[in-house]
Amino acid sequence: MDSTWQILQEHLPQALIDTAYMVVISAVVGVVLGSLVGLLLYLTENRLFHPNHVLNSVVGFIVNAIRSLPFLILLVVLIPVVQALIGDPYTPTGGAIALSVSAVPYFARISESAFSEVDDGIIEACLSTGATTRQVLTGAVLPQARPSFVRGVVLMIISLIGASAMVGTIGAGGIGDMAIQYGYNRYETGVLLVIVVILIVLVQIIQWVGDRRARHLTH
Amino acid sequence: MSIIELQDVHVTFHERHKTVEAVRGVSLKIEQGEIFGIVGFSGAGKSTLVRTINLLERPTQGRVLIDGKDITAATGDELRKLRRNIGFVFQSFNLIDNITVGANITFALKAGGVDKAAWHDRTVELLRLVGLDSKIDSYPSSLSGGQKQRVAIARALANNPEILLCDEATSALDLETTEEILALLKRINTQLGITIVFITHQLDVAKQIFDHVAVMEDGQIVEQGETFDVFSAPKHPTTKSLVDRYLGIAIPPQLVPSLPAGTIVELRYRGDGALEPLISDVTRQYGVSINVLHGDVEYFGPKPIGTLIVLVDGPAETLATALNTLKTHVYSYRELDRKQLAQPARGDGQQGEE
Repeated sequence: MDSTWQILQEHLPQALIDTAYMVVISAVVGVVLGSLVGLLLYLTENRLFHPNHVLNSVVGFIVNAIRSLPFLILLVVLIPVVQALIGDPYTPTGGAIALSVSAVPYFARISESAFSEVDDGIIEACLSTGATTRQVLTGAVLPQARPSFVRGVVLMIISLIGASAMVGTIGAGGIGDMAIQYGYNRYETGVLLVIVVILIVLVQIIQWVGDRRARHLTH
Repeated sequence: MSIIELQDVHVTFHERHKTVEAVRGVSLKIEQGEIFGIVGFSGAGKSTLVRTINLLERPTQGRVLIDGKDITAATGDELRKLRRNIGFVFQSFNLIDNITVGANITFALKAGGVDKAAWHDRTVELLRLVGLDSKIDSYPSSLSGGQKQRVAIARALANNPEILLCDEATSALDLETTEEILALLKRINTQLGITIVFITHQLDVAKQIFDHVAVMEDGQIVEQGETFDVFSAPKHPTTKSLVDRYLGIAIPPQLVPSLPAGTIVELRYRGDGALEPLISDVTRQYGVSINVLHGDVEYFGPKPIGTLIVLVDGPAETLATALNTLKTHVYSYRELDRKQLAQPARGDGQQGEE
């Protein structure tokens, strides 16, 4: 037990920081770029905005292509790319890049579906007042889509925490890395248990905060 | 010059494996300041037609003229400017649920390029017009259907339009609320001089507020004119079917077998000639008996249309002449078949959808 405590004291803070670093960066990149791609998919799909079947299909195909790879395989495929970008792929930054690449198409689909849930009748009513596309988006589509959007962000963060643990399997750091190094390779069951508890608590908190926020935005 | 003119408008939808011609060559003129109704059964193309007026649906052929100007090809700024001048009220209200009532109105003001400083006052003014200024900070979900539609009307009027399009604006409301909304629209029409185009399948609505009416069937206008004239003397089968359904009164089937002998006749008469003198004249002159089995009067605007179901019996030699006299003095005369009357009523929706 003594050594479990020592390992935790020595490595857990850094592992948590690394995980947070990877998840926050990829979540931010995912939300920003993903919602832009999602918006592009939505605008080119909806007949009330700027339907463009070709552009929609091309972007949709790329999104699907990246999403068809299980994260572990995407990670391995990206190793040379990340190497070319930052030198050492087996670092939290390398992990963050790989996570971001998977987060963008993931959130693109989530935000696209949040936008698509907005009743076309509302959009027609807004267009009938003479509003521009931008006014309809900011004034009607966003407030209507926001609760689903927030739930989507929560879903993405939780799956990014899961994926960040996988980054650990290639040794890029974070609590996943720690769980494998000590819990799996060195049979430190105590370390593994603590990490499991931390993950459960973390995911519960994020879900709770997200649900509250989404409820608050729904009227 | 008419405020709205449609010239040979066609709208064709291309779906995966078929082509749907929703509107087929409609020409219409709607005058400044009137309430113009378009009625028809569902699927007749009414909604598609009214949506061409603000180009929510673009005609595949034909022209739309507003104030004499061809707008069919308008896009961008020109289209947006045009739409500010044409309010639209929907059956399902279509308010933005996640923002307040006030913010819904402000949205339209913003879209109309109204100066930010004027937003609040104008929002209050519009909500007051529809009697809901106290709800400015409420969310739409806390309002009743009628209140939601009032807010939608206020939004549609935000940029002082000349024209208000209403697509089944009362069809989702109960009877009492419908009356309230119609009264509001009538007031808007007279006070603000706004031309209203109103789509409905409810003749109840049509008879209350329409000045002129067009009857639509299968993408075409089959009959049009002043509301009372169209409904008191329907010519096209669709109009007849609409009117029949609305004015239709029936004798309870279980009573039919116990009726005395005679001919059962349905008479329809316009407001200008009351029926009592005719009935007593015929009774006296031809020695027949006329029993009123059922009767009803409906008002289209100020003018009534009456329906009577009578049982006529008498000596064979005068009966035919008596019936003939009745026939020539009413605008609709129909002898009813006892066997059919004795059958339970047909399910709604079978009649008239031909």
